Parts: sequence; C-alpha cells; structure tokens
Amino acid sequence: MTRPVTPLLWLLFSVGGTIAALLYPAHLLLTGLAFPLGWLEAPRHPSLLALVRHPLARLYLFAFIALPLFHWAHRFRYTLYDGLQLKHLTRLIAVLCYGTALAGTLVAAYALWTLP
Amino acid sequence: MPETVALTVTRYRPEAEAEPTSRTYEVPFRKDWVVLDALNYIKDKLDGSLSFRWSCRMGVCGSCGMTVNGEPKLTCAAFLSDHLPGPIRVEPLRFFPLVRDLVVDLRDFMRKLKKVKPWIVRTEEKPLAEGEYRQTPEELDAYKPFSMCINCMLCYSACPIYGLEPSFIGPAAIALAQRYNMDSRDQGSRERLEILSEHDGIWQCTFVGECTKVCPKHVDPAGAIQRYKLTAAVHSLKTLLPWGNR
Amino acid sequence: MSASSSHYTLHHPKWYRRRVSVWWWLQSRSYTGFVLRELTSVFVALFALVTLWQVRAVAHGPEAYEAFLTRLRSPLFLAGHALALLFVLFHSITWFNLAPKAMVVRLRGHRMPDALVAGANYLAWLVLSAAVAFFLLRG
Repeated sequence: MTRPVTPLLWLLFSVGGTIAALLYPAHLLLTGLAFPLGWLEAPRHPSLLALVRHPLARLYLFAFIALPLFHWAHRFRYTLYDGLQLKHLTRLIAVLCYGTALAGTLVAAYALWTLP
Repeated sequence: MPETVALTVTRYRPEAEAEPTSRTYEVPFRKDWVVLDALNYIKDKLDGSLSFRWSCRMGVCGSCGMTVNGEPKLTCAAFLSDHLPGPIRVEPLRFFPLVRDLVVDLRDFMRKLKKVKPWIVRTEEKPLAEGEYRQTPEELDAYKPFSMCINCMLCYSACPIYGLEPSFIGPAAIALAQRYNMDSRDQGSRERLEILSEHDGIWQCTFVGECTKVCPKHVDPAGAIQRYKLTAAVHSLKTLLPWGNR
Repeated sequence: MSASSSHYTLHHPKWYRRRVSVWWWLQSRSYTGFVLRELTSVFVALFALVTLWQVRAVAHGPEAYEAFLTRLRSPLFLAGHALALLFVLFHSITWFNLAPKAMVVRLRGHRMPDALVAGANYLAWLVLSAAVAFFLLRG
C-alpha cells in the first residue's frame, strides 16, 4: 500500500458525511432560518448553556463540527483536483484542506473543553 | 417515419490527416435497424474505407462500443428510431486513444485487467480426490452481477475520472476484481487488495456513478467500487490495531 | 500508451488523443449534478463553522450569544443559510440514495432491496431531526 492514510481519510469522509446528512438539515433549518425569522423561539442563553455543557452534548457537538469538516476536506480536495484539473498543486491542496479541517477540529475541541 | 436518416461519423486517417474530421452519410431508415446496421450499410454501399469494430451484434461480445449522440452505447443495441431526428452523431469511445475512424486502442484496459488477477487464486490447491467446489445459490448471488461484464469499456468512456487521469485503474477492472474477491472459491483478496489500494486504484474514484448508468449488462461497477472501499478501509483499521491481522 | 511514444510511419498508426476540457463538468447534466453534489461539502463546512461560532458565543456569555443571534438575523446570513439549506438537503438526499450501493445488507442469504436500505436511512433522518428539534425547542 503506497499511502495507508487514504482509507482512513475516506472513513472520516464517510462518517462526516453521514453526520452531516442526518443532522445538519434540522440544525440548519432551526438555527439558520426558523429562529432568526421568528417562526420558532430560539433557546435562551441559560438553558442553552446548561444543555451544551453536558458531557454528552460536548461530545455530540465535537463530532458535529469536526467530522463534517473532514468530510468537506476530502471531498473538496478531489473536486479541485478533478474539476479544475489542478494536478500540479495536489500536495498543496491536500495540506490546505486537511489542515483547515484539523485547525477547526482543534479550535472546537478547545472551545468545548473550556466551556464554563 | 422518415425514409432516410443522416449519420455524422468520425473519420480519422492518420496517414492523411493530423486530426479527426467527420463525414455525414445518408442511410435508409428502418424501424428495426440499430446504429451498427447503419454503419454496415455505409461500409457495404457508401464508403468501404470506414473502420469500426463489431462482432456478435447482440450485446454479448462487447466489441461495438462507441459514442452515439454523446453517450457511450453498444451500437448493436442503439436503435436508429430512438435517436431521431438525425443527424445521429457516431464518434469513437471517449477517453481512449484513437487508432483509426471509430477504432480505439484498448490495450490500457487489457493491461489493467491483468493486474487485478481476474482468475480464481488459491493459497492451497484442493486435491482432486476431495472432489468439486460446491457453491450455494446465495454464494453465487454474491458475485454473479460482476461476472456479467463483457469488457465493452462503456464504463471507462463514461467515467470523468478516467478521462482526467488515464492511470486510474477504472470501473470494469475493479468490478472484475470484486467478481473474484466475492467468489467463495477464491482466496486471493489479500493479493488484490495490495494492487487496488495503490495510488491509481480505488481511491481515485469519487462515486460519480456514470459507469453504472451506462453499463449494458447491469454490472453496477460503482456499487462494486464503493463496497470495496469499505472493505479496504475496514482492513486498514484492523491493521492499526495491535491485535489486528496483517 | 500515449501518442508521443509512437512514431508515425506508413505502417504504424499514429494515435490521436483529445485533451479533456477544463469545462468537462458542464458537458452533461449528470456531470454537472455530480459537481454540484460535491460542492454541497462547502456549505456543510460553512455551517460547521457557524456552529463552532455559536458554541463560542454561548461560552462567552449572554451578550455574546445575543450578538450572535442578531448577526444571524441579517439578510446576508438569512440568504446564506437558505442557500446552504438547499445544498445540505441535496447532500442528504444523494447520500441516502447512494448508501445502499456502499453497504449491502444480507438477510438470510438475500440482499436487502436498495429502496429498503435507503428507506431506513430516511427514517433515521426523521427520528434524529425530531430529536434535534426536541432539544432545541425546549426553551
């Protein structure tokens, strides 16, 4: 096997894609449209904080943020490579994509770990 | 129904020109004619210099694949009546080097097919005295669709990844590897995994799905590839674990 | 097996290779649909970052959270989220429809029909969305 990391990146892509497919529409609809447009009442700060600081909620949010970021990184990298035929930049693209996902993951981990 | 229909056919004579051109021929329209019939009419009656491949004319040999009105098709299965009104564009199979007129060079696929070891691989041979291999209908079911491949190359012609990256091993080769991986008599999965996990193996595929769409024998190479990705990825995980099998 | 490796002679053909255009993905509806599907990942990533922003806003206190909510009410964000929702839904639907191809479930020797596997995914989607709504609408 020339690059043993590739199958693992594909697994991250798959799990991230499944999380995004199952959970993002509901969150997006509520947080992005229903609450701001006033169709439904947004959660108030005290109860939202109480919800989010629960260990299971932190784990959920970590998976919710980090894994779809890796889903994007893997998919977008191939889209640039194939769609725009940027073969000569393949290493740079890979570093930028997975690097961004990793950065997001670390920021999320820190933010969730240090919740008051 | 019209009396005749026009066919615009790619012509390429390397001894005379640097690039392919096209020529339009008027052929009789018959309700039961396929594009292959029209091409044979052209060769017999209008222009004997036209070169193209064909053999069984009934969809089992895989020889007559060409691009008809922009889509990869077996010309023996493409009815003229389905492609009206003319002119019907007949071009060689996309993404393969063009040798002459409608004939393409298929050696790349032949080489890749051989690489995946499309035969029963045994780590230990079963002695004759033990008798034949027995297979239940369910075991046959597991690989039967993949065995229907006629090597017509329509899938390669539909795959944009193959077009962009000619070193990609391609749909049919992976489907045929799976045909043997999933055969209960075969013990060669590990060997094939090494080959298919290479840089130009399965991981180049981004599940466009066009290969399955154009396959005339319902092999579903896209499905074969996605399932194999899962198998290979799970295997990769197992090798990471300290007690995992290598 | 490229044309450059073959020398043209009277008795040896010269292969012709047409270069694939950079606009290949516009040449058929299937290809364009595929690229749009791949681009859904951009909106997924953007919403992941919005969620991260939300977590940090919640962590920094009620004023920060209010500021976050106010920003989300701006026309730019509303339009952005509406567009994102379309793309994310496209991702979900294509993902669930393709799931049966990747995971073949065999029950007593017979392969589960694709529609059933996809259906199970849609059901999970419904149940989980309801759970999300429950947690976020409690007040």
